[in-house]
Amino acid sequence: MQRIINFILNYRNAFLYGFLMVVCLTLTVRSHSYHQSKFFNSSKWLTGNVYGSAANISSYFELKDENKRLVRENEELRKLLFNPNTNAIQQFDTTSINYEIISGSIIKNSFASPRNYITIDKGENQGITQDMGVITTKGILGIVENTSSNFATVQSVLNTKSNINAKIKNTNYFGSLTWNVEDYNVVQLIDIPRLVPLVVGDTIVTGAMSSIFPEDIPIGVIKKYDLNASRSFYNIDVELFNDMANVKNIYIIQNKNKEEIEALETRTTDE
Amino acid sequence: MNSTLILNGLRFILLILIQVLIFNTLNFLGFINPLVYVIFLYWYPIKGNRALFMVTSFFLGFIIDIFSDTMALHATATLTVAYIRPVLMRFCFGVNYEFQNFSFKNTTKVQRLTFLGLLILIHQIVFFSLEIISLSHVLLIFKRVLATGIVTLILCALFSSLFSPHSE
Repeated sequence: MQRIINFILNYRNAFLYGFLMVVCLTLTVRSHSYHQSKFFNSSKWLTGNVYGSAANISSYFELKDENKRLVRENEELRKLLFNPNTNAIQQFDTTSINYEIISGSIIKNSFASPRNYITIDKGENQGITQDMGVITTKGILGIVENTSSNFATVQSVLNTKSNINAKIKNTNYFGSLTWNVEDYNVVQLIDIPRLVPLVVGDTIVTGAMSSIFPEDIPIGVIKKYDLNASRSFYNIDVELFNDMANVKNIYIIQNKNKEEIEALETRTTDE
Repeated sequence: MNSTLILNGLRFILLILIQVLIFNTLNFLGFINPLVYVIFLYWYPIKGNRALFMVTSFFLGFIIDIFSDTMALHATATLTVAYIRPVLMRFCFGVNYEFQNFSFKNTTKVQRLTFLGLLILIHQIVFFSLEIISLSHVLLIFKRVLATGIVTLILCALFSSLFSPHSE
């Protein structure tokens, strides 16, 4: 008995290391396969406020660019207003009934790691809940993952766990949008069947198969494509419209019919 | 004794803020975010309680993890480096380091730089292998370890010569 205790005392540092290592590895492996942790993420009070105050200071330096971008967007919207017969306004009308838009801004952005999360300055108090879509004026950004009362974390499209329904514009061929970690401006669209005619430069937009994003939100253009290993589907490199390194103002999309859609879907699969 | 506690506490907080607010958003060349907080392990007193040192390092990494939404990657890497620091010291400074009156003052610049370099190298290897966790991306891991490691080493060497606690 004495020997066992001595042994443990002699190697107490190794035991401590082993114990903490197991804690670390469990957390890491879990985060690779499951959703982000509920408790340890940057949407929480302390981290959110640190990022919030830092973003408060740094946003002054970007005001000029940001204003230009907003003016440009206003121009587009005015164009739609004065030309009510264009196609775009009709789409705008049908979506505005089912979707509500909440504006916000990014307080922490990351795009260099394989699993990127963005922190935004809107949370439960502003009506944000998990699985809402997040877009910018140029295109999609990600999906809300965790919320606290005043902040939320967003799983960026630049995340190996991200899987968003997307299609080729003006067709109904849809696939999944994934990311292979290599370039932060290029994502991959997979599962597009071989018989689909593709052209470099075609626009990719969100598909209608999810209740998170409305249909036809721009994502990017085809940069290059080739067939996958089984030679029956395309792997398409999509260059994003968003410059992921330089995003600031965002819009969060709330689908008013989401609960109904999900309730129906669970009822259908249960039976 | 008390002053080292305060000094290390201050370093702990300042390094977290510097890492999270400045270096995590640097994205030099699109992917290089130097992990300069490793210098905490370089500056930490040699004669301290080893268990406390490991727990402190673990929490240093873990707090940075919470800020950067990486779960326990920083914690694992920092913990590992903290655990093998004595081995690295024996490797870099020879048996001298076992003596009571050993301090950084009576080591050469090359020895200190090797020590710092090895700390950073091991930290980077653990961090990026766990972050990418796939054998098909060995080249990507290698590229990131090398690029980020070199930038981190340069910055840490600058920091250590600017705010050297050993010259006091």
